[in-house]
Amino acid sequence: MADTTPLLSVRDLQVHFPVRAASAWPWEGARPLKAVDAVSFDLYAGQTLGVVGESGCGKSTLARALLHLHPATGGSIVWRGQEMRRATPAQWLAVRKDIQMVFQDPLASLNPRMTVAQIIGEPLRIHYPELDAPAVMARVRSMMDRVGLTAQQINRYPHEFSGGQCQRIGIARALILSPKLVVCDEPVSALDVSIQAQIVNLLQDLQRELGLALIFIAHDLAVVRHISQRVMVMYLGRSVEIAERKALYQHPRHPYTQALLSAIPLLDPVAERNKVAQLLPGDLPSPLNPPSGCVFRTRCPQAQDACSATVPTLQTDARGHAVACLRA
Amino acid sequence: MTTPSPQAPVLQVKDLQVQFATNDGPVFAVNGVSFDLARGQTLGIVGESGSGKSQTALAMMGLLARQGQASGQVLYQGQNLLTLAPDALNTLRGAHIAMVFQDPMTALNPYLTVERQMTEVLQWHKGLDRKAARQRALAMLDAVKIPDAAGRISRYPHEFSGGMRQRVMLAMSLLCEPEILLADEPTTALDVTVQAQILALLRELQRDLGTAVVLITHDLGVVAGVCDQVLVMYGGRVMEQGSVEHIFARAAHPYTRGLLQAIPRMDGEASSLRAIPGTPPLMAQLPSGCPFVPRCALADAQCSQEVPVLQAIAASQAADEPFVAHRACHRTEAQVLHHEVLEAGHG
Repeated sequence: MADTTPLLSVRDLQVHFPVRAASAWPWEGARPLKAVDAVSFDLYAGQTLGVVGESGCGKSTLARALLHLHPATGGSIVWRGQEMRRATPAQWLAVRKDIQMVFQDPLASLNPRMTVAQIIGEPLRIHYPELDAPAVMARVRSMMDRVGLTAQQINRYPHEFSGGQCQRIGIARALILSPKLVVCDEPVSALDVSIQAQIVNLLQDLQRELGLALIFIAHDLAVVRHISQRVMVMYLGRSVEIAERKALYQHPRHPYTQALLSAIPLLDPVAERNKVAQLLPGDLPSPLNPPSGCVFRTRCPQAQDACSATVPTLQTDARGHAVACLRA
Repeated sequence: MTTPSPQAPVLQVKDLQVQFATNDGPVFAVNGVSFDLARGQTLGIVGESGSGKSQTALAMMGLLARQGQASGQVLYQGQNLLTLAPDALNTLRGAHIAMVFQDPMTALNPYLTVERQMTEVLQWHKGLDRKAARQRALAMLDAVKIPDAAGRISRYPHEFSGGMRQRVMLAMSLLCEPEILLADEPTTALDVTVQAQILALLRELQRDLGTAVVLITHDLGVVAGVCDQVLVMYGGRVMEQGSVEHIFARAAHPYTRGLLQAIPRMDGEASSLRAIPGTPPLMAQLPSGCPFVPRCALADAQCSQEVPVLQAIAASQAADEPFVAHRACHRTEAQVLHHEVLEAGHG
């Protein structure tokens, strides 16, 4: 890595939502729902960070907090040396040219009453109001061509496209400002496998060409393994393990990562039937009332008494493999 | 998993067709699906959205939408389920043939407690009184490993988590110990760790009760884990059909092979995924020949004119293969495999 300062550096990020229980008395205050509680990572230019975890672990809230779509309630977000957590809307507007997002539901994230040209061109009209209409159209056309949409489709509406094509429109909209970082929140999970491969390949090609950094959020560990250099595993709002892709998939150190990896069905009937899956007992605890100490201890096969008393923090070893576990 | 001697099938499906009458003319959602299913066996039906896999299951259960029409034969105990009167069908459904739906939140009745929904099945089919039905329901909830079943049985579906709801669905479908279970994407809405729990449970119950399962899914990993036979559908037609070993090791249809190569693998290293170009067909505008023609690298004029018929694959008729593999393709197996070698050379 030539550049040693990270593009994005996140430390102990917290996003808490005040929630009032339905059964609460009128004078009772709101309790915090800890959607994201302690997430830390560094992202360098041109790199891909994969974020995995099960539903309810705070992946999407994290993505939104990185773009200030949900304000973070604690910790720090440093974008190219600039602390963004208490940044003003004007500062955020300037930074959003460089950080864009691709959403999970390809159709719902496009305005049904705007044409493709309007959707893809909108970021340009907001961030570069000095550009005249023909210049915007020229850029929209070249971006459409780049993501595999044809010029005839420019005046169509989102409902006229399939899921995969809608996701191409979403990617074009994110890339038209030439951002440095694109946060992809489950960009392929709503798509069929054959289309999923097209979109993953497109993202990888664009990343190589434009030198993009990607934060790729998914629950599919195989897709994340395919696209990422570093992978972060989240559980109940906390990052429990971060490592280089190879290290994480071959030598997972956190018990949750181990269970997660062993639960993925393999594409080989013989291996799949002979493997010993490590099944996790129980369900995800409520983020309103997380367990004391390590949040995973209620389902952890290796939990001991100390786990309920101490909150494990991420400990990084010499090779950059970070684990938050007292026993690892 | 595989039984040594092929038993008499509990379910035989012969040339199942499903047609919908729409304003734009008839839509042929399922064309010519045939299979035999023996006791304790699992058949996987794999396909992308719109391939007709769910309609196949709904047609077998007599649950098609009103404008849908099924033809062909679905034989269970010598009766054709497709022509059975609704009353006769109602005594079979739930008792002998049960179904698990994809979305447990919409498949369970939100107004009734889990107890009411479960005991209803037993009271209707088995004539049990409420007390006995409750005992049986509790035992089944225990069997699907719902902790504190006695405390939870009087709750409403919304008070359960997604994985729990799916377990309730599974428990409910197994109450009368059906011989056949149709599971339509039972784990698609669930996280991988929960999916692993549900699949382990399904395997266990199947082993204990000898239920024959039809598992509909788009996840080939799930298929590899639990199925004996696999049926690959595309555009309402069966593209390839055979034992799970055949599909994963010796698949000889361009679509099956494309599907397998499009999935990122947990082993091995690939610089880019081999995506299938194009998009799945609209069922109202199917091409006249093979539905896969617009996306197939091997297609020629014959493919776009003639619909390929499902034919047995010669090589698979070895003694160790419990099922004969079939595929529907105009190209020979050698041509399909050779093309891939060329592709790999270029890539």
